[in-house]
Amino acid sequence: MSANPTGPAPLRGENITLSYEKRQIAENLSLEIADGSFTAIIGPNACGKSTLLRALTGLLSPVAGQVILEGKDIASLAPRQIAQRLGLLPQTATAPEGITVAELVARGRYVHQRLLRQWSSEDRKAVDEALRLTNATDLADRRVEHLSGGQRQRVWIAMVLAQETPLILLDEPTTYLDIAHQMDVLDLLHELNMAGRTIVAVLHDLNHAARYASHIIAMRAGEVIAAGAPSEVITGPIVSQVFGLDTEVMADPVTGNPMVIPHDRRVRTST
Amino acid sequence: MSLQTNKNRAAPPTGTVLVIGSETTNILIDKRSGLVALAVCAVALTLVVLALLWGDFPIAVREVIDVVLGGGEGLVRTVVLEWRLPRALAALLFGAALAVSGALFQTITRNPLASPDIMGLANGSYTGMILALIFLGGSWSTLVAGSLIGGIAAAAVIYILALRDGLQGFRFIIVGIGVSAILASVNTWLLLRVELEVALFASAWGAGTLNTITAATLVPAGLAIAVLFCLLPMVLAPLRQMSLGDDAAASTGAAIKPARLAAIAIAIGLVSAVTSVAGPISFIALSAPQIARRLARSTEIPLLATGATGGVLLLASDLIAQHVIPLSLPVGVVTVVFGGVYLVLLLIREARRTM
Repeated sequence: MSANPTGPAPLRGENITLSYEKRQIAENLSLEIADGSFTAIIGPNACGKSTLLRALTGLLSPVAGQVILEGKDIASLAPRQIAQRLGLLPQTATAPEGITVAELVARGRYVHQRLLRQWSSEDRKAVDEALRLTNATDLADRRVEHLSGGQRQRVWIAMVLAQETPLILLDEPTTYLDIAHQMDVLDLLHELNMAGRTIVAVLHDLNHAARYASHIIAMRAGEVIAAGAPSEVITGPIVSQVFGLDTEVMADPVTGNPMVIPHDRRVRTST
Repeated sequence: MSLQTNKNRAAPPTGTVLVIGSETTNILIDKRSGLVALAVCAVALTLVVLALLWGDFPIAVREVIDVVLGGGEGLVRTVVLEWRLPRALAALLFGAALAVSGALFQTITRNPLASPDIMGLANGSYTGMILALIFLGGSWSTLVAGSLIGGIAAAAVIYILALRDGLQGFRFIIVGIGVSAILASVNTWLLLRVELEVALFASAWGAGTLNTITAATLVPAGLAIAVLFCLLPMVLAPLRQMSLGDDAAASTGAAIKPARLAAIAIAIGLVSAVTSVAGPISFIALSAPQIARRLARSTEIPLLATGATGGVLLLASDLIAQHVIPLSLPVGVVTVVFGGVYLVLLLIREARRTM
């Protein structure tokens, strides 16, 4: 499905402990993002997925342990150095009022710009390429607030693409989209992955993770319960352990990857 | 030649933006914001000419031109160069400084109601000034030092009280308004306790006035403001990026924490420099950034246009204070009235939008 993982892990967490103020979110957590992988992070609400993403991108400093980006402790890197290697689409991103698509995508070029070099041909090329890849060239002059949810998400992804980083992390990129637009975004991420970028996405839908990801990291209450290929992680026992939900796991008739059918309470009580 | 380089140079991100400079050294300017800034500067220049002509001592346009060219009679020179010009320049510069300070506060807090006057810095400066007047006597330098220290101390108190949530958000503003109210009552209490003469002097300063401006008081404050303005370009790009949200800004490479601290420090410096010389002048910082933003119809607060707007507002207010009203009022009284009208209009607009 995905580009073959090559080389050492460009991004990994080593025994990291994460907390907000005094509340501990995760303790002694270790994980690896394989080079060239499409890694999906799954887990129940409030299990620490977004917090982990913030730590992996250097936005949140671990209380203990290290995040290693291309062999270096991320805490020792300046924001600009980090931004040359990885891009993040957080859930909290907001479009300034009245901004056009092209302007928003151009904001992704920040790390390549200087005080007295605010715009260059490379910037122009990167923005055009990002718009082309996300099929948003026709939207360039539209205002972001006038777009549909699906278009808006493509434009945000274009902004991260314009940053031109080998690693891209996305926090729930498909949430709030209808099913057609969810597939649209996942297909786009798959294409980017095939073109050589390493993709890390927090996903809610297990079937999407199983179908698109080359690697899955399953979390519960700040712990990594399982990590590996979809066939290793998406199994009845692991899904039950992670979500506390009984499921049937069978082969997806379209791709042969695992597919999860949840039991509801009526099934559980009758069996 | 310029046509050729234009062809080779990258097209700007959108048609509303202009790339000024070469491929390797350039800046981006929003066309409409730039035009608005130029237009407001033209208004400012007209007001300066008006300020030089207008007054009890009649001076003709030709005489002003003579003085500017280095000629003119002794008395006319004195009136134009020593009385009217410093005051007009002070109004422009102080107005610009207050407006830019307000723009920084509003950008950092993402709230159009944030401004240094509403958040207690001006009242803090006033407290410092009264204390200096009571305990150290009334020399200019002690008053300036007192109000500077007062403003910075008020900012420090607000910062410590609001620290838990950082400098962004509502808590910072609410704490500021609270500190401002406390300081206002402290100031009233102090004025009630001192001798009448001292209280009268302090009250005049406390309303915000340009009556006492001379070249000697303008130069140090003007230099401080100029230096602070020169530091602005360093924080502009990260502040602009922060409108995407803190996480998005940081992950595109913006060092948002240092930028935010530097911007706050510059904003406090600007408002302190003005207040230490002219007293607390309210509402310019609050209104000028929003007026400029509406004029420029821009996504962010346009800083050049904001500075120009602030200058025009303060100079116009000072002309009204000096000449339109029969008594010569402190300019702060005029800006308060103007600010009240601005707030009412803002509220009507908001009410219409929600209805």
